[in-house]
Amino acid sequence: MFRKQECVAMLLAGGQGSRLGVLTKSLAKPAVPYGGKYRIIDFPLSNCINSGIETVGVLTQYQPLVLNEYIGSGLPWDLDRIHGGVTVLPPYQRSKGADWYKGTANAIYQNTAYIDRYDPDYVVVLSGDHIYKMDYSKMIAFHKQNNADCTIAVLEVPMEEASRFGILNTNEDNSIYEFDEKPKVPKSNKASMGIYVFNWQKLRRYLAEDEQDPKSSNDFGKNILPTMLNAGERMFAYPFEGYWKDVGTIDSLWEANMDLLDPNVGLDLSDSAWRIYSRNPGMPPQYISETAKVQNSIITEGSVIHGNVDFSVIFSNVTIGKGATVRDSIIMPGAVIEDGATVQYAIISENAIIKSGAVVGARPETMKDSFSDWGVAVVGDGITVGKGAVVAPKAMIDKNVK
Amino acid sequence: MRRNNVAGLIFSNMHDEQMRELTAVRTMASVPFGSRYRLIDFMLSGMVNSGITKVGVITKSNYRSLMDHLGSGKAWDLSRKRDGLVILPPYGEGNALYMSRIEALKSVFNFLKHSPEDYILMTDSDCVANFDFTKLISHHFETDSDVTIVYKYGRIPDNTPDNIVLGINLDHTINNIEVSPNVEGECNFGLNIYMFKKDYLIRIVEDAVARGATHFGRDVLQTNIKNGKYTAFSFDTYIGVIHSLESYYEVSMDLLKDDVRSQVFPNGRPIYTKDKDDMPTKYGLSSNVRNSVLADGCIIEGEVENSVIFRGVKIGKGTKVKNSIIIQGTYIGENCTLDSVITDKDVIIKDGRTFMGHKTYPVFINKNRVV
Repeated sequence: MFRKQECVAMLLAGGQGSRLGVLTKSLAKPAVPYGGKYRIIDFPLSNCINSGIETVGVLTQYQPLVLNEYIGSGLPWDLDRIHGGVTVLPPYQRSKGADWYKGTANAIYQNTAYIDRYDPDYVVVLSGDHIYKMDYSKMIAFHKQNNADCTIAVLEVPMEEASRFGILNTNEDNSIYEFDEKPKVPKSNKASMGIYVFNWQKLRRYLAEDEQDPKSSNDFGKNILPTMLNAGERMFAYPFEGYWKDVGTIDSLWEANMDLLDPNVGLDLSDSAWRIYSRNPGMPPQYISETAKVQNSIITEGSVIHGNVDFSVIFSNVTIGKGATVRDSIIMPGAVIEDGATVQYAIISENAIIKSGAVVGARPETMKDSFSDWGVAVVGDGITVGKGAVVAPKAMIDKNVK
Repeated sequence: MRRNNVAGLIFSNMHDEQMRELTAVRTMASVPFGSRYRLIDFMLSGMVNSGITKVGVITKSNYRSLMDHLGSGKAWDLSRKRDGLVILPPYGEGNALYMSRIEALKSVFNFLKHSPEDYILMTDSDCVANFDFTKLISHHFETDSDVTIVYKYGRIPDNTPDNIVLGINLDHTINNIEVSPNVEGECNFGLNIYMFKKDYLIRIVEDAVARGATHFGRDVLQTNIKNGKYTAFSFDTYIGVIHSLESYYEVSMDLLKDDVRSQVFPNGRPIYTKDKDDMPTKYGLSSNVRNSVLADGCIIEGEVENSVIFRGVKIGKGTKVKNSIIIQGTYIGENCTLDSVITDKDVIIKDGRTFMGHKTYPVFINKNRVV
């Protein structure tokens, strides 16, 4: 017997995140480390529990090992419940064949049975690649108030950037009359955040119909939402204010980390009323030694710092040696920066080793004429950059460098 | 295979009176230590890392903070259907709280008798170390002892009422137990960590109760030394013993030494504690931190040197904190100077204040104080 839930959240966490290159070589994008002690998926999961949503299905597909292990029983997010809680939903075989998740809509469709068990009035569809704090219960209240069939959260972006987003054109009452995917000449600056609330019975029907259409790519943005709008369903845009960042690229991931160092950016992780929960690595306190100099940075448990750290995000269990310099960089769990190494504008992935005297990345002003060659350098999981080796800016390293 | 036929038993309230400042509002076991721990974490983690899956914690008074810290025991992997963490609150015939270790043991006879384990590892919670109890357990089994007493060679803590000093033969058997002797210099003193054959423990404690005895060292151990096999065991890793505010300060400062940290926090044998989900610690533009350990959730804008900083501490611009222990949630404003200070939880120190203690006599600021 399953207890009815007013609302079930479905978290799309199967994406490869190919634009993150070596960072997602062996793990799914939602499992990518962020902000010193989190993984990206901590944000939607914490938002769910903080919003009172206690039934969350996590749809996994690409490289799910780290993600599955990380979610576990859902304990860190208080999602290990008697009724509901978190359930990992991989693609599966049926008596009549098997399918990978073909698209975002198909992933939900394949798990119709999971949702039906809880007989929910509403389904919230979330994605696992955004950094933001949001009270979904307010969005659901807005959805109910408008007697909507579908509500899409939107963020007002600067008009000049609007052409990079899926734009929603709305009437004065926030009802949507048009979708404009990456418009050349945007009519509005309301960008879709990829967060949807649906009436489940309605969505259930559209998913089933979409499944019958062989030409459909089974995607929410491309198929389900336009079909619903054309059919005259009540669709509304829910205006969200606050910090929101898609961390789909190396640059945006780097920026989103650096945003934590900027007091003017509105992402406060110290707010005890809206904690972002994560799985605790259980490390000893961080140690800053006599020879260290640390400024404008965030550092977490288990790290030992002997060198210079400036404008950087240091994850757990990182070692930074004497005379090493780490600036404008992100050093993920377990990485070692040996004595005298220099890391600038770089992302050093989990358990990578930068040997003494090596140089990774460079400051943009050193590039002079070839500025287009500049970018954040990335060193992949467990990679060793040898003694005195040089890794150029914008490089993406997935093999040991001598 | 983790089961090893040993149950743990931890006294949470022993020697509270020796550290009145920190135990006025809590048990010895729940005294905050080392940036992010409570003292009991070291014993509990040592037991869990040594394959012990059943631990009773004996409480007497002021144990709200301890209960809050331990919860279901999940953080130590002790929330289990079979075994796990068992809190043993005061329970007595009549209304009196137990006064002695003997009475406390008598009050937990039910726990002892109903445990299927044949051996009991009994400890206080005033040691800081990464205990590998498997070594103690093997010693106890191999020597087939009735009692194994863990000792440390060093200067005896001078203000503990129930110190025992051991006379040890070459084969590790104990030939003599002295209770609170007047010794100068170094000796083999007991750490209040014992391995017992359970039936033997029950027998000698029942016997002591029948005689109306009250002193564990004198009336149980010393009295029975001829009636059983008593051996001694010592660990070869760092053990900090906390028996006064001064020793609390010293052991805390030991954490700034590389060799102590590597012994207390070796890879693969974590010290577990309750998780607070704090954000990482933020170091501001003007921060200057040297030779210090810090927990998560802090905001450091000022200077910190030779200090132990707990979770959620804020240190303002222009402030200098030196040789100090700043416990959880303390807020220190701008342009303050603190040297050799211990602040308890949630202290507020307003802008411009100065506090100076001495390494041998640190200034203590009570919980929730606004200065």
